[in-house]
Amino acid sequence: MKPVSFSYVAARSLEEALAALADGGEDAKPLAGGQSLVPALNMRLVRPTLLVDLARAGLGGIERANGTVRVGATTRQVELQRSEHCPQLAAEALPHVGHAATRNRGTVGGSVAHADAAAELPVCLAALGGSVVTDRRQLPAAEFFTGPYTTALEPGELVTATLWPTAAGPCAFEELALRRGDFALSMVAVSGTRVAVGAVTDRPTVLHEVGALLAAGEPGDELAAEAGALAASLVDPAGHLHASPAYLKHVTGVLVERALRRAWTSG
Amino acid sequence: MDLRLTVNGRPVVEDVEPRLLLSDFLRHRLGLTGTHVGCEHGVCGACTVQVDGAAVRSCLLLAVQADGAEVRTVESLAAAERLSPLQEAFRRHHALQCGFCTPGILMAADELLARGAPSRAEVVDLLSGHLCRCTGYVPIVDAIVEAGNA
Repeated sequence: MKPVSFSYVAARSLEEALAALADGGEDAKPLAGGQSLVPALNMRLVRPTLLVDLARAGLGGIERANGTVRVGATTRQVELQRSEHCPQLAAEALPHVGHAATRNRGTVGGSVAHADAAAELPVCLAALGGSVVTDRRQLPAAEFFTGPYTTALEPGELVTATLWPTAAGPCAFEELALRRGDFALSMVAVSGTRVAVGAVTDRPTVLHEVGALLAAGEPGDELAAEAGALAASLVDPAGHLHASPAYLKHVTGVLVERALRRAWTSG
Repeated sequence: MDLRLTVNGRPVVEDVEPRLLLSDFLRHRLGLTGTHVGCEHGVCGACTVQVDGAAVRSCLLLAVQADGAEVRTVESLAAAERLSPLQEAFRRHHALQCGFCTPGILMAADELLARGAPSRAEVVDLLSGHLCRCTGYVPIVDAIVEAGNA
């Protein structure tokens, strides 16, 4: 349980980080909070030759402008959680992100770039129709996440910020995990008529059919139940040791129904 | 590479390999074996210490990431031979048996208490990040809540 040997650079700016990553070649990896990367290093699932630490590269900070909250990549999850600008949906999801001690180090940009299919923040970003900003371009969340642990990032490209639009109506986040802080069996983020799911799909996924159903109906228990049933029929999880595919589908439906009812009553 | 930091108020300068974990640095280089190592992938919470006042998993941090930081371990809690109020509460409530998980829980609880008296629910939530396999959590929750209200 010890990482392989590697070199380390603590970048002092974005330019320095990009140059170090370019020099390091394909086995160089950026290090943000390390709460996913370091376990993978410890288990030797990743064997980088170089780590470029972004903590001091000046990529933090939270700003609100024109109804959008811009969260710098290395903003710690706990900083977002405590910020007055924290989007309501993210505020609901953040207590489920790991544990207090990992949120003290884990970053928002790191979570997004890592693209674990069972990570909460990417699902929220997708539900809100947010974007990912890199050193080269800006991409809608729907185009950024391309598969499990896989994103549209090109070699040497760095996430510099995420953009969180104001929720398009009532919002809510729900998940079910075997234990608090564990990876969820299923999770649901609702923003207006947009419903995104995670953990039961290979990437954060907005269920557009559910959105169409919601847009055409009247908010209420009946519509919530219908939307839940539709969501359950749309996901096709593989199942695992802890839950069968049928159970995961069922749970997803229940979470969608629960999130909608809560969003509508609290919104 | 050169690492400069403060550990329990003492300035430390050491030459370390980048791959050295903070947990191993504290235990093997500095002999601070109060910090325990359990799972080494961030699940059990035994290795929790404070970096610049924030509770963190020392197994999920490279020592070099703590360059310039102020690190506190469980050894910093008791003054001379006197237990801290939190440690005293643990003793009073029998909140430990084997003690393996205790240093991590103490350092996490110490951060929580520094922000004011926590509710029982907040303490339970905090403990979701710490595995205890012998005492059971009830006396641990009791001890932290009591220390918060003291």
